[in-house]
Amino acid sequence: MKNIPEKGNKQRLLPKHLAKVVALLLILLIVSIGMSLAFGSRTISLEGLIDGLFHPSVESHEASVVRQRIARTIFGLICGAALGVSGALMQSVTRNPIADPSILGVNTGASLFVVCGIAFLSIHSPSEYIWLAIVGAMLTAVFVFGIGSMGASGATPLKLVLAGAATTAILSSLVTAILIPRTNVMDQFRFWQVGSVGSANWDSVHIFIPFFMAGIVIAILVAPALNALALGDEVATGLGVRTGVIRMLAAFAGVLLCGAATALAGPIGFIGLLATHLIRLVVGPDVRFLIPLAAVSGAIILLISDVCGRFLGSPGELEVGILTAFIGAPILILITMKAKMRTI
Amino acid sequence: MMNETMNKIIKARKKRRNRYVGITIILAIITIVLCCTMMILGNTIYPVADVIDVLLGETIPGASFAINEIRLPRTVAGLFAGFAFGAGGYIFQTMLRNPLANPNVIGITTGSSAAAVFCIIVLHTSSTVVSLAAVVGGLVTVAIIYGLSKGTSFSIGRLILIGIGIQAMLNAFISYLMLIGKTNDLPNALRWLSGSLNGAELEMTYPLIIAVVIVTPVLIYFAKQLEMLELGEQAATSLGVNTNKTRVILMISAVLIIALATATTGPIAFIAFLAGPIAQRVVGVGFSNILPAGLIGVILVLGGDLIGQFAFETRYPVGVITGIIGAPYLIYLLIRINRKGDI
Amino acid sequence: MTTHTFETKHIQSGYDNKTILNDVNLSIPSNQISIIIGANGCGKSTLLKTMARLIKPTGGDVLLDGKSIHKMAPKQLAKVLGLLPQSPIVPEGITVADLVGRGRFPHQSVMKGWTKKDYEAVAEALEMMNITEFADRHIDELSGGQRQRVWIAMALAQQTDILFLDEPTTFLDITYQVEILDLLTDLNRKYGTTIVMVLHDINLSARYADYIFAVQKGQLVAEGKPSDIITSTLVKDIFGLDCAVINDPISATPLVVPKGRYHVKS
Repeated sequence: MKNIPEKGNKQRLLPKHLAKVVALLLILLIVSIGMSLAFGSRTISLEGLIDGLFHPSVESHEASVVRQRIARTIFGLICGAALGVSGALMQSVTRNPIADPSILGVNTGASLFVVCGIAFLSIHSPSEYIWLAIVGAMLTAVFVFGIGSMGASGATPLKLVLAGAATTAILSSLVTAILIPRTNVMDQFRFWQVGSVGSANWDSVHIFIPFFMAGIVIAILVAPALNALALGDEVATGLGVRTGVIRMLAAFAGVLLCGAATALAGPIGFIGLLATHLIRLVVGPDVRFLIPLAAVSGAIILLISDVCGRFLGSPGELEVGILTAFIGAPILILITMKAKMRTI
Repeated sequence: MMNETMNKIIKARKKRRNRYVGITIILAIITIVLCCTMMILGNTIYPVADVIDVLLGETIPGASFAINEIRLPRTVAGLFAGFAFGAGGYIFQTMLRNPLANPNVIGITTGSSAAAVFCIIVLHTSSTVVSLAAVVGGLVTVAIIYGLSKGTSFSIGRLILIGIGIQAMLNAFISYLMLIGKTNDLPNALRWLSGSLNGAELEMTYPLIIAVVIVTPVLIYFAKQLEMLELGEQAATSLGVNTNKTRVILMISAVLIIALATATTGPIAFIAFLAGPIAQRVVGVGFSNILPAGLIGVILVLGGDLIGQFAFETRYPVGVITGIIGAPYLIYLLIRINRKGDI
Repeated sequence: MTTHTFETKHIQSGYDNKTILNDVNLSIPSNQISIIIGANGCGKSTLLKTMARLIKPTGGDVLLDGKSIHKMAPKQLAKVLGLLPQSPIVPEGITVADLVGRGRFPHQSVMKGWTKKDYEAVAEALEMMNITEFADRHIDELSGGQRQRVWIAMALAQQTDILFLDEPTTFLDITYQVEILDLLTDLNRKYGTTIVMVLHDINLSARYADYIFAVQKGQLVAEGKPSDIITSTLVKDIFGLDCAVINDPISATPLVVPKGRYHVKS
């Protein structure tokens, strides 16, 4: 009856199959990086790929295409990792299997702030949008968490989802209301919103890195305490964990990561959900392993989705968020169907 | 003693019955006033006498066109769509025992929109087929959500979560369609994604009118069963309600009118969500509030459209106005429900 | 006093493809109070729900007066057989009289309003449960014990000859537990209502039951009058508890006194 994970970390220090899983993930990561560099409106041969990466002196057309795709690939890598870790953190903090930026309405929050910035503060440069978007994303996440976790049973999946859906509805009507009379704002906004991974450049990577590092470091530091938190607040306090501080830190890191990712890449949902659940399925619930592995698998999922989007959307590109929603939403449904009624 | 108790109960019931009837009449009067205002106001204000003359078939230069071609379709579309959203939303909220569980949140309107956009962009079908597809899309979405959440024992929480998951997929699908669509199909498709009474045509409202006229008596007939469902699955069953049958009939009816309303005006934000709780608030509980909820839906749509048309320098579509009016109430409701802790 | 026969024939039942009950055959004694006892998860609640048609058995049948309850019209059945679920849902803002009035559903036709009989039934139920003074109050304002009386009143307003109750005393203080059981006994004595309930407390069960069904691992292991079947062996079998069974000084029914590892007189 009690909420005890199946495998306590006392019985087994390392999850079964850990080595195999890590090896498999690394291979997949390399393959997906290769695919992201090689595929697109123009497919590059293996030779061109190697030239572009390791022989800076070679000046073939293929090599230069590869070099152009490096920034985008690195950006996708960080972005996917950030979303994966963010999902793992939020799920641990809320003890809620479906916490994910897309569900928290973070995207629309970022949109609203950017629109307000363009319309009322005459902000025009992308580096300023990003700060606005991060702030908007953070405030929205805090708001949705706040509403979703009111009441005795805390943030149950259902409450969180409803709070997120409602907040999204509110924010998007505000966005529309601001946009309708201002056609010039609409044009600028569209430029930001279409952002996605496709338009990422080295600038985006540079802006992202500090947020990413900060988030990851906090995540790794709080992981052991999150394991204790999984047993419930009372038990965790009994084990000497300062639950309030840990929860704040983990939530902050989670929101920071997904907020920055959303700000720079636009709405990409369900990666955190997908990555965390896949990893939990194979290595179990230990947060110390969950976080780094969710980072790797998040990156893989995002890169592969991005590559698929390049084919499906051709001659243009299909935004990666559309694909991840299509793959990720069934996971949400599956979790729901498997869950016991009371835990919803 | 016994008689005293009985009188007490009878008195309380009568009092509420009177309140119910009184408020329903007031709501009906407000609805009529709003309809008249819709007909009178516009770029040119026509006196009531002119409006009546035109409606009776007389030709008055200028007025005839504005009233017959623009204001009448707009008013009729708002009237029936508002009723459909209000009553349909109320049915879902009551059946799922959660005011947040309205057709917008759980993905039913998205199902209709996705089917319609698919017909417009990929199949290039006529507008009748598009409306039909919207109804089928809504029903199929409900069937999938209900089927997946049913299992051996039905759970409302599960239904809402699965609905939101399905909605995410449908939205992704719509985005994909909009991306591959031809530029000249897009305006037509966009109509399905945001609510507005602009460009309403009288012929387009006929299916909705017919559906509302047929479905409303069905809903009222099942109102009592709906009340029993409020007590929970087990209590309703033991009181002799065939819960599955009741739910299926109510859902099909509600989806039918909501999908056709969406076909007429697009999804107007928050009407399906707001009408039910407001009806409970002004009428009180104990009676089934299908009719008051429908009327409040009409008042919100027509009122919102009047504000959108005339209150600001820019003309806003009704969906934006109702979105902004609905937002604070939604937050309030969320907080209150969560405090009580019984989602 | 109407007499009914109510039996289960070889029922097999459970949730989500998991069979919990296996081949249960029993016959409920008419016009008496029967109590189903058993350890947590033994299937006693499943048994009650299967008999009250909330769960459709995967095998066997439940017969009321020789007819399968699943072949009867739901409203007709609801006039004979009522059930109070363990956690019914309170619609927001509803008054006590309204809620009790909903118990009249099976007796009303859709188009007709309330009849004098309906009002009588509700008034009688309110008085029997001593909640007349709350009639116009909202349910949210009541205490747990009062609320439970309202729910029982709703089941009473249904005026069925057979009433099932799923743990009607759970979450109540001992005072209210006794009060509820007394009220149910009133009901049984006054109208001859057949009462079947699941109860956690074995001592209260032994005191208030005319007849006991003991369930273990989805099977009926013992049935009979409390004084005939409640023995230390049975308690050991179904609860895994060492105990002594003595005579209850108040009611002269069996009283189970548990034995732990400590505090045993040498």
